[in-house]
Amino acid sequence: MADCDVMLYALSTCIHCKNTKEYLDGCGVKYDCVEVDKLEGDERKNIIEEIKKVNPSCSFPTIIIGDKIIVGSGRKKSRRL
Amino acid sequence: MDKEQLYEMLERAQEAKGYYFNKDRKKVLELLESLLINRERYGYMACPCRLASEDRERDRDIICPCVYREPDVAEFGSCYCNLYVSREWNEGKIPETYVPERRPVEKMLF
Repeated sequence: MADCDVMLYALSTCIHCKNTKEYLDGCGVKYDCVEVDKLEGDERKNIIEEIKKVNPSCSFPTIIIGDKIIVGSGRKKSRRL
Repeated sequence: MDKEQLYEMLERAQEAKGYYFNKDRKKVLELLESLLINRERYGYMACPCRLASEDRERDRDIICPCVYREPDVAEFGSCYCNLYVSREWNEGKIPETYVPERRPVEKMLF
């Protein structure tokens, strides 16, 4: 997994997103994080469209690890990748 | 209103309806703080774990306590964001699982 790019789409207010960040930090995983609730206007719209492509319900956290998509706070799922 | 005051206010009202705050008070206060952030942002306390559309009518179903709390607590013992739980969940009689999103995709209109 160290060679993969990890992208985290999160909400700054969401407890599952906070838990996911803590988990990834604890694993020493480097990742890019976008807090969608802090975006406005076109930037927000564009990111939502990006998320919908991989997760139509646009729920959070949405995590992209390489070509794998994880929706929700799935520690077990994350560990398998 | 601060998060402590919100805690006191909601605890009594919701317990009377059979919904309890998660036993993890720290987590609850974080969520209540997030609700206050959303009230400041949008004018209503949208669920902190869902992206609000900034339109109160569209978000009516996710204004806390959301309309999905009842079926979620009935099935999983906890609402989607873990703020409200059943007595049994707090007593450890129900395993803590990630509660899947129940809100229909059609409602996610941004």
